[in-house]
Amino acid sequence: MTHSSDRRLTPCGVKMIETQRLVKTFGLKPVLRGIDFSVEYGEFVALVGPNGAGKTTFLRILATLSRPSMGEVRVAGHLLPAQATAVRRCLGVVTHQPLLYGDMTVDENLRFYGRMYGVRNLQQRIEDVLEMVGLMALRRDRVRQFSRGMQQRLSIGRAILHDPGILLFDEPYTGLDQEAAAMLDTLLRDVADRGRTVVMTSHDLTRVTDLADRVDILHKGEIAASVRRGEVDLAELPALYFSVTHA
Amino acid sequence: MEPIPKILKVLNWITSALFVVALYMVLFFAPREAVMGDVQRVFYFHVSAGWVGGLAFLVTAIASGVYLARGDHRWDQIALASVEIGLFFTLANIISGSIWARPIWNTWWTWDPRLVTASIMELVYIAYLLLRQGVDDPDRRARFGAVYSIVGFISVPITFLSIRIFRTIHPVVIGSSDPAAMSSLTMDPKMRVAFFFSLFTFTLVYVTLLWHRLRLQHLAERVEQTKMKVLSA
Amino acid sequence: MPDATQSMEAIEQPAVIKRGSRFSGYLRAISAMVWKDLTAELRSRELLSAMLVFALLVILIFNFALELDIRTRETVTSGVLWVTFAFAGTLGLNRSMAVERDRGCLDGLLLVPVDRSALYFGKVLGNLIFMLIVEAIILPVYSLLYDVNLFHPGLMAVILLGSVGYVAVGTLLSTMAVQARTRDVLLPILLFPVVLPLLVAALKASNGFLQGFNMEEIWPWVYLLIAYDVIFIAVAFMVFDFVVEE
Repeated sequence: MTHSSDRRLTPCGVKMIETQRLVKTFGLKPVLRGIDFSVEYGEFVALVGPNGAGKTTFLRILATLSRPSMGEVRVAGHLLPAQATAVRRCLGVVTHQPLLYGDMTVDENLRFYGRMYGVRNLQQRIEDVLEMVGLMALRRDRVRQFSRGMQQRLSIGRAILHDPGILLFDEPYTGLDQEAAAMLDTLLRDVADRGRTVVMTSHDLTRVTDLADRVDILHKGEIAASVRRGEVDLAELPALYFSVTHA
Repeated sequence: MEPIPKILKVLNWITSALFVVALYMVLFFAPREAVMGDVQRVFYFHVSAGWVGGLAFLVTAIASGVYLARGDHRWDQIALASVEIGLFFTLANIISGSIWARPIWNTWWTWDPRLVTASIMELVYIAYLLLRQGVDDPDRRARFGAVYSIVGFISVPITFLSIRIFRTIHPVVIGSSDPAAMSSLTMDPKMRVAFFFSLFTFTLVYVTLLWHRLRLQHLAERVEQTKMKVLSA
Repeated sequence: MPDATQSMEAIEQPAVIKRGSRFSGYLRAISAMVWKDLTAELRSRELLSAMLVFALLVILIFNFALELDIRTRETVTSGVLWVTFAFAGTLGLNRSMAVERDRGCLDGLLLVPVDRSALYFGKVLGNLIFMLIVEAIILPVYSLLYDVNLFHPGLMAVILLGSVGYVAVGTLLSTMAVQARTRDVLLPILLFPVVLPLLVAALKASNGFLQGFNMEEIWPWVYLLIAYDVIFIAVAFMVFDFVVEE
């Protein structure tokens, strides 16, 4: 691994996420067909693949929201689904939906989640987070009136509120405007620099290559290719993606 | 297609034969009841159907509990198959009761605890089927079904109890309407034989039907699997 | 320099999260759920206003359906009240769970590191408060409209017991109903056959108090109510996991 000075604290080789022969079926339909996947401490992994490849399902399993049908899943050293509560404490998750209450204000939403997680100095923490996602000015507004992009910002704020060690982002750039996307870029870099482990799904290859240490290509429920930063010329990634997903 | 297992074939024949014998016993072997006359003969199949209905829902509740504990799909199939059979027999129970009640109580329907409980039970399990129909994800469908069948099964005896209290406080409208009095009635030995014989036969009918229903589900699953294989190939 | 195990600990227990017993975390989650439901309702007032208007309409319809004159009033009051509560209740339960489904909030709740039963009890308490608010408004309105004295401590206790059981089962079943494709129609179909004994008991006990029956005639119903509440809270506590977790 490369990058900033903070990472000297990184205990390399500690697996934060590990799946072995992970299989998920919906009824009889297989969605994930035996995924071996691991992420080390502080690593930033991007998961790309066409629609229906199983990205969201895979992330939901890591997020404890769905159970694996077969295989072993460990997050932060804990086995899923048996030790889900311990896993949840160190997870921050952004999904397709913002997971917010429309009838409450920005501030109230964060205060609710903060209380659920038991965040200390909640008021101060909420202000810090609002500063990070750039919603300070709108903190008294109701979420219902927000655009998709604004809701997405707050959703990211909700996910990092309890300062989790592992972040799972499902297509976080969807619906974001230029400014918000730039904000998310900065935020993700900051998070990665502080030694947080990140797994992000995306179908936007350019975004991914800027940030990720590693890009895994998911296709038809299997990891079809895994590319480390520096191993392959980034310019070749689209070509590789195309050849893998159209094989 | 898989052939029907040999034991099931044998069971088919035994069940059919016993059913014919049971019919003979109820219609000819058992003596004519002195007070009620021939209509009393409904009683044998009526009680047997009620028994199978209750048994089927009990099996569902147990299978549902096991399904939730172990997550094995097959238990859920047993639960569903048993509900369908239970619904049919409970309905048969209610209808045959009505047929009996018409000449005896001079009405098709009365708000007796047993009648009301049987109908509420029927409604609970119709709701169970509607719930399953409304859920698309197969795993979730199975889990929701299991939870509801347990909740429903627990509520049935409480329903019975509540209506029982309801009735004991108020005077009973129609004289000695309690069918419990009837089954404990001094039954003729021949009547008793016919009664227990139909009880046994109906239980066997239940087992046979359950088996067939499970086999049907299994085959339907095989068809789905084959379809899947063809589509993905 | 921190070693790997220390870093793991830091991840296990982020510095910003309070340390405390599991029980305090459990209670905190329940109170946060209730606070959230009340805050959201205070802003939108959608749930309570819908329940109230609907309840008043039901009473109005009963007025014509039963011709609530002075003689019949005494005997049917408890029936009218409980049917009203039960109908308005399904409306409230449905709405309350629909809010959780909106914007995926149910997933948000499931991500919280707390026992799932805390989510259940939080939701039950919230729903119970809404139910009691509606009842607290409907009762005086009813007694005003029909000149019936409803302020009897026994009746209040029965209404509380009945509402607890109704909401306990209703919250469990509405959590299922809201996740189904047929969510608009499912809740009453699932709820009413199961909640029938509770309604019968609540209705008879209320009637007993209103008509001044002997306590001996009322006790069986009160016992039944208590038994129902205890049994179904216990069952819901045990099975709620299966209703929310995938």
